[in-house]
Amino acid sequence: MLNYIIRRMFYAIPILIGVNLITFTLFFVVNTPDDMARMHLGMKRVTPEAIEKWKADRGYDKPVAFNSEAQGFAKLTDTIFFENSVKLFVFEFGRSDAGRDIGFDISQRMWPSLAIAVPVLILGLLANITFALLVAFFRATYIDFWGVVVCVVLMSISGMFYIIGGQFLVGKLLHLVPISGYDTGFDAIKFLILPVLIGVIGGIGSGTRWYRTLFLEEIGKDYVRTARAKGLSESLVLFKHVLKNAMIPILTGVVVVLPLLFMGSLITESFFGIPGLGSYTIDAINSQDFAIVRSMVFLGSFLYIVGLILTDISYTLVDPRIRLS
Amino acid sequence: MRVGKTELIIILIVFLCVSLYMLSWLAFGFKPVFLWTDVLVYILVVSIIAFALYAKSKPHLRDPWRQVWRRKLGMSALVILLFYVFAGLLDSVHFRMPLQNQTSEGEMQYQSDVLTVLDMVLPSLHENVEKTYSSPFATHLFAKETIQHDDGSTTREYPRLKFGGAHLDEHASGRTMDVLVNTFIGLTMGLLISVLVIGVILFLLAKHWSCSFKQASEKILKQESEAAWAVVLLTLLLCITLISLLYYLSYYYHVFGTDKVGRDVLYQAIKSIRTGLVIGTLTTLIMLPFAMMLGIMAGYFRGWIDDVIQYLYTTLNSIPGILLIAAAVLMMQIYMANHPELFETDSERADTRLFFLCIILGITSWTGLCRMLRGEALKLREMDYIQAASAFGVSNFKIIWRHIQPNVMHIILIAVVLDFSGLVLAEAVLSYVGVGVDPTTYSWGNLINGARLEMAREPLVWWSLLAAFIFMFILVLAANLFSDAVRDAFDPRIRKQ
Repeated sequence: MLNYIIRRMFYAIPILIGVNLITFTLFFVVNTPDDMARMHLGMKRVTPEAIEKWKADRGYDKPVAFNSEAQGFAKLTDTIFFENSVKLFVFEFGRSDAGRDIGFDISQRMWPSLAIAVPVLILGLLANITFALLVAFFRATYIDFWGVVVCVVLMSISGMFYIIGGQFLVGKLLHLVPISGYDTGFDAIKFLILPVLIGVIGGIGSGTRWYRTLFLEEIGKDYVRTARAKGLSESLVLFKHVLKNAMIPILTGVVVVLPLLFMGSLITESFFGIPGLGSYTIDAINSQDFAIVRSMVFLGSFLYIVGLILTDISYTLVDPRIRLS
Repeated sequence: MRVGKTELIIILIVFLCVSLYMLSWLAFGFKPVFLWTDVLVYILVVSIIAFALYAKSKPHLRDPWRQVWRRKLGMSALVILLFYVFAGLLDSVHFRMPLQNQTSEGEMQYQSDVLTVLDMVLPSLHENVEKTYSSPFATHLFAKETIQHDDGSTTREYPRLKFGGAHLDEHASGRTMDVLVNTFIGLTMGLLISVLVIGVILFLLAKHWSCSFKQASEKILKQESEAAWAVVLLTLLLCITLISLLYYLSYYYHVFGTDKVGRDVLYQAIKSIRTGLVIGTLTTLIMLPFAMMLGIMAGYFRGWIDDVIQYLYTTLNSIPGILLIAAAVLMMQIYMANHPELFETDSERADTRLFFLCIILGITSWTGLCRMLRGEALKLREMDYIQAASAFGVSNFKIIWRHIQPNVMHIILIAVVLDFSGLVLAEAVLSYVGVGVDPTTYSWGNLINGARLEMAREPLVWWSLLAAFIFMFILVLAANLFSDAVRDAFDPRIRKQ
């Protein structure tokens, strides 16, 4: 087992290097640091000195990949590539273009993101599976047909309208919870209810439909026919046999997104003013803070790869047919 | 290819459109503008027509389509989609009008704003610009202003709109009655037009089935026809009536109000159709060749080619889509800001950005299809007929084209239609995040974004949101329903059940 995990991790390294090279090309080769400086300082009336100073403050004045003036190892290390890209591998994110410590910001902001993402995931899963089981129980009836139609209708509404509608209805008309904002500790709960609720409702359409397909696929299998032939009731077949076997694809589908929960949701956090990593990213995009965007791209890819590895491991844990090899 | 009646008619229509365009160019002296996305839209239309003709001659593509024609919800959705496509196509023919007062010598001078055929069709919407916000069917502005009277006194009141309800008397009394009367007139007109259109379609169908007009309508009413014509005609009736109603009312009122700078919201929502369609379709068009080629190659050749391609898409796939898009768009913004000389007009700049957005979205979304095609090609290459073909010494390229491509066509088709609605929704989110289309491009995302800033306002400015919601919801719902019908017809796993 340990052997397998270690080997999987080694497979991840070339992918991370690839991600790193892509981001490096995007951020430093497509546009030179001079272009970035000019953009930041305002396009017109920028003195060359101001550009030099901007670059020097952020360490962008070094050569891109090879420093011929330095000595020994510093020929490779004293460059933009090493300082800004290679150091990401050990999670040294450095400083943002505005001068803040990115690593510290991330460690602070990841908790509000989790406070929303985890309840949304758990409650959403419960709601989706419940509805999907219900629809699958009444398959090939009008309940099934209209259930699917309702799912398609729900899927066709942009997530932003769920948020706007929810804020308007619950926050503005009913005055039940504050529209946006955040607080520390248990006071945060009243700010979290609405985003969590909307996150769950917004996902019901696609989630229910997806799990319904999973259940229906499972219902068509031989062991279900055997169970029915034994004389088991339909509900027992569904809840005991089908649900148990359908848990394998459901579980592995969930595991892959688990690490990404840290990243939070861009839209939800920005609409509700929650200081998580999602709104951190949006703020960085709007203020064109490339150092933060670069770090988030790397972090996101890293977490995704972790998710993939976890998925493979969880497969072997829940499905005895799959052997490690 | 055998040239049949349908092909001739299509060629004739295309020829007619082109010659009409040339004629009006000569007559009015405008300057045609070919934007990047325009050209790609034309290519897309031509390739869809070509695909349709190709599919007609291949039973493995023709039969599932016949099954689609029988689906009621799917066909109704298709009719609605066609109306959107029609608006989008009208909006894809760009030109610049000459300036009124030309300088005597030298070249022609042209206006800086680029118009489309759609603007010509909707003159009342395009030109009736108010001062600022006004609510739907309003006759007065949304905000109070200080008005100076003739006798020198000033009052704070809601000023009258320049265009909304301008035909009413000074106090705009009887507005409700007027709206009702105009609604009635618009509805009647719409019904008349749609009855006419349906009559023409029935007549053509009767001719096609070589039966009488009465027999044809009975056949459709009893739902005995091969396709779901009854639903199609009903949807046509509804759409045409609604569109004529909106069109008629928009001459007198701002049906969806006006925005901050007084532009008609209905006009913006209609103009956004093109952006939504372009993102939904061109993205797929751009990524399709890569996904197809790489996916099939990886599965067919295996070995190191497979390793390289797998590495490529795993790497791209592991970057969260929205972050990759954000990074790429930010970099593109800088590039465009540093090279302003590349773009002649604002709309060319905005269009280049839209084009790049399509490419970037394509790069992030091709991996899924590529993986599926690889899996399918892996399975297919072990099939007996392909083993036989390679034993006979058929070249790899020919095997891929003759044997593998037709067998993965259904996967491609399903992926294309399934992706569409997701891309339309993604545009709105990206524009909200600030990495979507240019702020000057009309898009539902920009419409929502503009309205969101006014959310805190009392009373609420809700009409922009409503317009964006309605237009987007109908398009995405129709696309979802249609893609379901297509998937059910083409997916062998579902067909078996």
